[in-house]
Amino acid sequence: MTDRALSVVRAGALTTVQDLGRPGHAHLGVPRSGALDEPAHRLANRLVGNPASAATLETTLTGCAVRLRTATTVAVTGAACPVTVDGRPAPWGAPLHVPAGAVLEAGPATHGVRCHLAFAGGIATEPVLGSRAADLLSGLGPDLLADGAVLPLGSPYGPSAAADAVPHTGPAAELVLPFLPGPRDAWFTADGLRTLATGRFRVSAASNRIGLRTEGPPLERARDGELPSEGMPLGALQVPPNGLPVLFLHDHPTTGGYPVVGVVPERFLAPAAQAAPGTPVRFVRIGRRPGRPAPAR
Amino acid sequence: MTPDGGAPRTAGPLPLRALPVGDHGLLIELNGDEDVEALHAELLRRAAAGTLPAVREIVPAARTVFLDGLADPPALGAELAGWRIPPLSAGDRPAVEIPVRYDGPDLAEVAALWGVTPDEVVRSHSGTAFRVAFCGFAPGFGYLTGLPERLHVPRRATPRTRVPVGSVGLAGPYTGVYPRPSPGGWQLIGRTDAVLWDPRREPAALLAPGTPVRFVPVDAPVPAPRTAPSRPERLPEEPAR
Repeated sequence: MTDRALSVVRAGALTTVQDLGRPGHAHLGVPRSGALDEPAHRLANRLVGNPASAATLETTLTGCAVRLRTATTVAVTGAACPVTVDGRPAPWGAPLHVPAGAVLEAGPATHGVRCHLAFAGGIATEPVLGSRAADLLSGLGPDLLADGAVLPLGSPYGPSAAADAVPHTGPAAELVLPFLPGPRDAWFTADGLRTLATGRFRVSAASNRIGLRTEGPPLERARDGELPSEGMPLGALQVPPNGLPVLFLHDHPTTGGYPVVGVVPERFLAPAAQAAPGTPVRFVRIGRRPGRPAPAR
Repeated sequence: MTPDGGAPRTAGPLPLRALPVGDHGLLIELNGDEDVEALHAELLRRAAAGTLPAVREIVPAARTVFLDGLADPPALGAELAGWRIPPLSAGDRPAVEIPVRYDGPDLAEVAALWGVTPDEVVRSHSGTAFRVAFCGFAPGFGYLTGLPERLHVPRRATPRTRVPVGSVGLAGPYTGVYPRPSPGGWQLIGRTDAVLWDPRREPAALLAPGTPVRFVPVDAPVPAPRTAPSRPERLPEEPAR
């Protein structure tokens, strides 16, 4: 191993190594895992010349600070935050050339929840089942970042992307989650389904990488009990006995016994990664894509 | 294989219901665990033969098989209903043997529920040909079926906050082995030193859906386990069993 590495100066509230996850193992009980705000992860990698599969750091609310052992091109994307290099302000969403020994800090998020910090060459911890993602449900992958930890970096892939500026759209004042109904919408009454479509929900502080929990009016069930365990997709709106939908994020369990009232397609999930506790949530029922009738039920 | 003693099914379409899940998933509901196993085996056969549309996950469960990452789930859902699916063969794969010390804290409770002595629990459990119906709960945790219905037991009224790694438990129709310490409500009848999950090993999981399993009673200390037959773990290259 070369001396390319970073040391953790301030780990922040919950900072993990993430990449595109480890799909293809759900039948063994292994969650997909990977960056919750995948577009931000991809953008950060692109800015430093990495492929999308390179591992980045995903922070939670309070950011983090790392010292680079060798001169490294870095970029910070995702949640908006003050970026500094050795205490001097530096641009967010742009490739930065950080000299050896300097400290890169992503400060507390000013809009959104999770920043991505990409380093040229990527975080080079040992992959597990083809991925370096830290999976908080099953404990696979690298540990949570801790102060003083040292993480190896890979060799740079190539030149960083030319970018004058990356627009930061910022999280919307309201988290809108389009969903396709089913597969277990029949477990809810018409009133319950109306509650989902019209109720005022908020992001619960109990949310994490496993699921975005909501607070709001409970959904009325048409039948009690649990299902026999069945496979659960990313984006499932699973409704536990308290009636409040939980949006399954990347570290979600692969099977479960509570009914899934609807599924938020993956392309709409990134904003959920950036919705802070208390953010209003609206669920919007959408139709299946045209020309593809649903099978007979 | 007809664990319930029913008549063997002949090759033909399975009664099923395909429910769309989001825009790339399909949840296929079947009548029972044998039909789940038969469809799962057929899906793996077709994936290995390259005749299944590209799919990211194939997740069997108690009454369902969930497919995710499909380009056109409704098309596959419509096609599935007409598949001629052969009955399960008796299985020529050797069983994974898991050595167990039958000294679990709930052994007496299970004996009482079964109305037998603890020794008879050991004989029945170690004499049963189990099969991994599906995995879940934690990487490497298999839900094993094979116990007749009269031997199904409820979960403990109060789950334990910490179940030691390697604990062998019973709950409902299933038996299973905890791959790591965790909270749990299963009735614990024994313990094994077999390593159920090791991401540095190939394959990482000792038990995968469809794996036949036998428990072998031993006195302490427990010898090293036989490993599962080597098989690729990633879909869609995973071969049929």
